[in-house]
Amino acid sequence: MSHEYITVAPSELHSVIYNRYKEGFNYLLDITAIDYTEHIDSHDEDYAVVYIIRHKDFKLHVVIKTYLPTLEIDTITDIFSGANWLEREVYDQYGIKFINHPNLRRVLNHKEFVGHPLRKSYPITKGQLLYEVDDLIDEMNNRLLSKEVVCSLEDGSFSDCNKDLMFLNLGPSHPASHGTIRTYVALDGETIEAAVSEIGYLHRGFEKSCENHTYNQIVPYTDRLNYCSAISNNIAFVKTVEDMLGVTLSERAQAIRVMLLELSRIEDHVVCLAAVLVDMGGLTNYWYMYNPREDIYDLLSKLTGARLTNSFMRVGGMANDLYDGFEEELKEVIKKVQYGVQETLALIKHNRIFHDRTQNVGVINAQDAINASMTGPNLRASGVSFDMRKDTPYYGYEKYEFDVIVGSVGDVYDRVMVRFGEIDESIKIIDQVMQNLPDGEVNIKDASITLPSKEAVYTTIEGAMNQFKLTYEGVKVPSKEYYGSIEATNGELGFFIVSDGSGTPYKVKVKAPSFTAMSAYPQMVEGSQLADAILTLGSLNIIAGEMDR
Amino acid sequence: MELNNPNLPSDTVIVTKLDEAIGWARESSLWPMIFGTACCAIEFMSVAASKYDISRFGAEVVRFSPRQADLMIVAGTITYKQAPILKQIYDQMSEPKWVVSMGACACSGGFYDNYCTLQGIDEIIPVDMYVGGCPPRPEALLDALLCIQKDLRTNKYNPDRHKDFKGLLDES
Repeated sequence: MSHEYITVAPSELHSVIYNRYKEGFNYLLDITAIDYTEHIDSHDEDYAVVYIIRHKDFKLHVVIKTYLPTLEIDTITDIFSGANWLEREVYDQYGIKFINHPNLRRVLNHKEFVGHPLRKSYPITKGQLLYEVDDLIDEMNNRLLSKEVVCSLEDGSFSDCNKDLMFLNLGPSHPASHGTIRTYVALDGETIEAAVSEIGYLHRGFEKSCENHTYNQIVPYTDRLNYCSAISNNIAFVKTVEDMLGVTLSERAQAIRVMLLELSRIEDHVVCLAAVLVDMGGLTNYWYMYNPREDIYDLLSKLTGARLTNSFMRVGGMANDLYDGFEEELKEVIKKVQYGVQETLALIKHNRIFHDRTQNVGVINAQDAINASMTGPNLRASGVSFDMRKDTPYYGYEKYEFDVIVGSVGDVYDRVMVRFGEIDESIKIIDQVMQNLPDGEVNIKDASITLPSKEAVYTTIEGAMNQFKLTYEGVKVPSKEYYGSIEATNGELGFFIVSDGSGTPYKVKVKAPSFTAMSAYPQMVEGSQLADAILTLGSLNIIAGEMDR
Repeated sequence: MELNNPNLPSDTVIVTKLDEAIGWARESSLWPMIFGTACCAIEFMSVAASKYDISRFGAEVVRFSPRQADLMIVAGTITYKQAPILKQIYDQMSEPKWVVSMGACACSGGFYDNYCTLQGIDEIIPVDMYVGGCPPRPEALLDALLCIQKDLRTNKYNPDRHKDFKGLLDES
């Protein structure tokens, strides 16, 4: 599949994207910028903005780049609502202004933060102590204004509310906020009139850290993006790097990756479902769902050496092959997962409380979900059959028989049930992989990519040098700009990598599914009850590590 | 004879020092407040689930309200943006209180040596117990809990232990 990489002039950017939108490229994947000041190829302009959009048949994506003579560009929020937070992030990290953006302010960093951390000139370790919490009043007032609860006065201030509203913070530190996410709501009784979210409390500088580590050193960082399913992040990253190198893995390595991807999908869905049912008050399900996850942990720690953050993948393969007896233990684990799922479904499937609390709650329809750049199970719950495993298959997914589970309404119920369905489909895939697991090596045989055998390192000078060079300098990736992605547990997880030919990426941008899902969240909960907002957040499966990076 | 000896006959009268009786009561009724932000919080979920089962150690009642808790477990990365919130919640907890720093990020920033990550929560609040690992296994957290309980049982707890502490966010 050939994807387009085009460069346009900044003045034409808006019209180019709008024309593409009308041609059917109606799904915005990501927006980012590149700071070229230290790049080996000299460019006339220091900064470029990159837009990645996908066609509505979900097969093709286009990367549109524009070099900026001045640090300003037109917003595309009038075309894609998902661009709102993405543009704010570019403004925050690079200081590029988006003209006519409705609410251009920082999103990941603190509002008092000085400077733009992803610029090459910003020193990576320069931390800033910050004190004042953002009150979000102006954003809330604008939201209330658009809902006509307040009106704008002549002096620029806002009138008193025509309703008796109570303002309340959900989060940022509360068990029901699933990580450190803050939503500021205006309540009329128990009903949410308006909501605005603030994130960035777990912004750990992933992208900046990537710029001074070698490709293989980044693998442990990717573990901590979506820490509920670490291996799927590993695979997404190393697959992108392997695509840039132009190497193909052996069939065995591909099959093992598929199996581990599906296992981590189960792992992720199980913890999401366990948590959302606890939010609903169903604690019993937590034991049914979470304990099989412990069994998956045991299996993975035997395979990889770590329970949660496995770091199992390497560029060009993986750390180890499967151990003897893995298959039998995997079967046992799958049985336990199936038992947990069965017992949970027995408790909730015909449960009136479950139905009343989830159906038609936190609804987002298909069109809005696409426009807000939602992806994965959350998008499928709205009835859009977009699954990269079917639409742009990789690692031989086209060989395996499985269904794409879709919902119809896009409510909490659909998001929960899509995940239950996907657990079954993942088990189907794992069965098929394990039945026909090909023989062969799991690492490719290329001395410039994978480490030599320990025997070669200890007995030959070439082996020792090879080990040193690869460890110190990293895998040399040819100079190019590339976007690669897979269907991770939360949706399309992509990496936009700019390489300058060295062993360290020049820039890495993560297309994080949780980030855009969270940007759609405030509008989803407006008009619903306060308690429903908690369920909506839980069912979206927002993972703060991946959202904030 | 120690207070927690299970072989005590039921009609025994125990004469002890008040400090020891209080230490014994505290040891067996810690109320943790989990300040979970990231990966470590998932491992804390495992500690609370039935396999590792923190309730076996008399620390079951996990509270999310600082007023109802005496053991703060900071599980996960604390960023500069998060730091004032952590400090505020710590300040809201009433004395006596203990702090467990769970995982590499909370202890030292871990491998996030960059512009947004606090390089250890002990820069802003006093810490009683550090748990290494990224994330630590559940057993490691339980071990930290047992260590704090041992301090309480043997009366090593000193109410003035953090009196001189001055964190980055404290007024100078």
